Amino acid sequence: MSTIFGVPTPALYGQILIGLINGSFYAMLSLGLAVIFGLLRVINFAHGAQYMLGAFAAYLLLSYLGIGYWLALILAPLIVGAIAVVIEKTMLSRLYGVDPLYGLLLTFGLALILEGAFRYWFGAAGKPYAPPEQLTGAINLGFMFMPIYRGWVVIASLVVCIGTWLLIEKTRLGAYLRAATENATLVQAFGVNVPLLLTLTYGLGAALAALAGVLAAPIYQVSPLMGSNLIIIVFAVVVVGGMGSILGAIVTGYMLGVLEGLTKVFYPEASSIVIFVIMAIVLLVRPAGLFGREE
Amino acid sequence: MSSAPLLEVRGLNAWYGESHVLHGVDLDIHEGETITLLGRNGAGKTTTLRAIMGILRRREGVIRLRGQDILGLPLHKVAQSGLGYVPEERGIFASLNVSENLMLPPTVSEGGMSVDEIYQLFPNLHERRSSQGTKLSGGEQQMLAIARVLRTGARIILLDEPTEGLAPVIVQRIGDVLVALKKRGMTILLVEQNFRFAKKVADRFYLMEDGRMVNSFPGHELDARMDELHEVLGV
Repeated sequence: MSTIFGVPTPALYGQILIGLINGSFYAMLSLGLAVIFGLLRVINFAHGAQYMLGAFAAYLLLSYLGIGYWLALILAPLIVGAIAVVIEKTMLSRLYGVDPLYGLLLTFGLALILEGAFRYWFGAAGKPYAPPEQLTGAINLGFMFMPIYRGWVVIASLVVCIGTWLLIEKTRLGAYLRAATENATLVQAFGVNVPLLLTLTYGLGAALAALAGVLAAPIYQVSPLMGSNLIIIVFAVVVVGGMGSILGAIVTGYMLGVLEGLTKVFYPEASSIVIFVIMAIVLLVRPAGLFGREE
Repeated sequence: MSSAPLLEVRGLNAWYGESHVLHGVDLDIHEGETITLLGRNGAGKTTTLRAIMGILRRREGVIRLRGQDILGLPLHKVAQSGLGYVPEERGIFASLNVSENLMLPPTVSEGGMSVDEIYQLFPNLHERRSSQGTKLSGGEQQMLAIARVLRTGARIILLDEPTEGLAPVIVQRIGDVLVALKKRGMTILLVEQNFRFAKKVADRFYLMEDGRMVNSFPGHELDARMDELHEVLGV
């Protein structure tokens, strides 16, 4: 069996694939966080709960209405996005202009309430959610076997990330968003309905988290705490990429996912802290993050 | 000038937090007219523009556009009703290129300039349309800030110190642009320290001191009132 630095290659490729999968979720989640933070200046602690809601929406749609994976991929983000719009309209929008700490506390509180409620209703144990028939099985890549569903997640997340990036960088709506991130008052003084833009952005960010949740449901189990396990790492990704940087969030998400996978191969003891070590180093050397603008 | 004014401001008071900064400002602008607010630094000229626009929210009084009260409108509705704002700091967005900056403000009514016309009026902007907005020189940024509101079909332009910090040749160029806009029938509310510049375009002057309107006179009386102005403006 061939080896690289004494590590069997199948194990190496396997961990790189797992790293890519994890990176896909880091990227999709930190992307939403970055968009929300950039425009609303709110650190959305409810992001993990919104990811969990997406997975639960898929699970509940299937269990109670018999609605399968593909439709859930569309419906769950819409449902969670709509809930987020209501949250923004009724609560979050009252906190603009005051210390950002209030937004953080509000969303943190909402996350605790949501996770507590779901644990009360469904218990802490994970619920299985089967991948759709079309994506079951594995293919032989020559150097390893890859479960088709995992390949699909990597591709789908790339499409989502690139699509969101194009939306922000290349469209008129994206230009409003970028401009309002710099100076919201002036954009509104040009006649753009900025309060509506803020609402939609929060909805979009939450919908992205929910989409990631549906994609995650067949890989990780659907459980009330699946979001809180992930969200801390995702915050580290956002800090490393640069708060509010879209491209930074995407690139750093995949990069740190793979790096974490590689650490599992070469020095497993460090795999659960490697991302935080990198965060500490980046904060020391480049406090604005790898892709952040120094202010 | 007997017809109703296009923009009518009556008894406008405004506050920055607790401090009362505008004290009963009155102002009329008729269709096609250019008026200029003069006054020392801190007299309340910029504040008057910001209060009319609604960027400064804590206000009392009456602001009517074509007879419609716009004081209670949210900021974006004020812009949509036809006011185009060119801020003192120019407000060019760094994350947008020149062309994106130009295209940013939504159209508010028919009759704005086409992009071709704008590029004819400001050839520099056409040359640098793919550059990052804030990479332009100060003069080019000022032109971009003006050009931006010409596309939208705004009927009144609120122009805050467009010549500040610019070289004489650029000031001359901006003066030419304002004359061209006047010829097109644009209504302009100009804040300007440089009254030799303002003299070229202003139909009427308003003089501000300590957040109050202290005088107003037609443009052609400027020379005759120089002594009085020197006293109020301290120049």
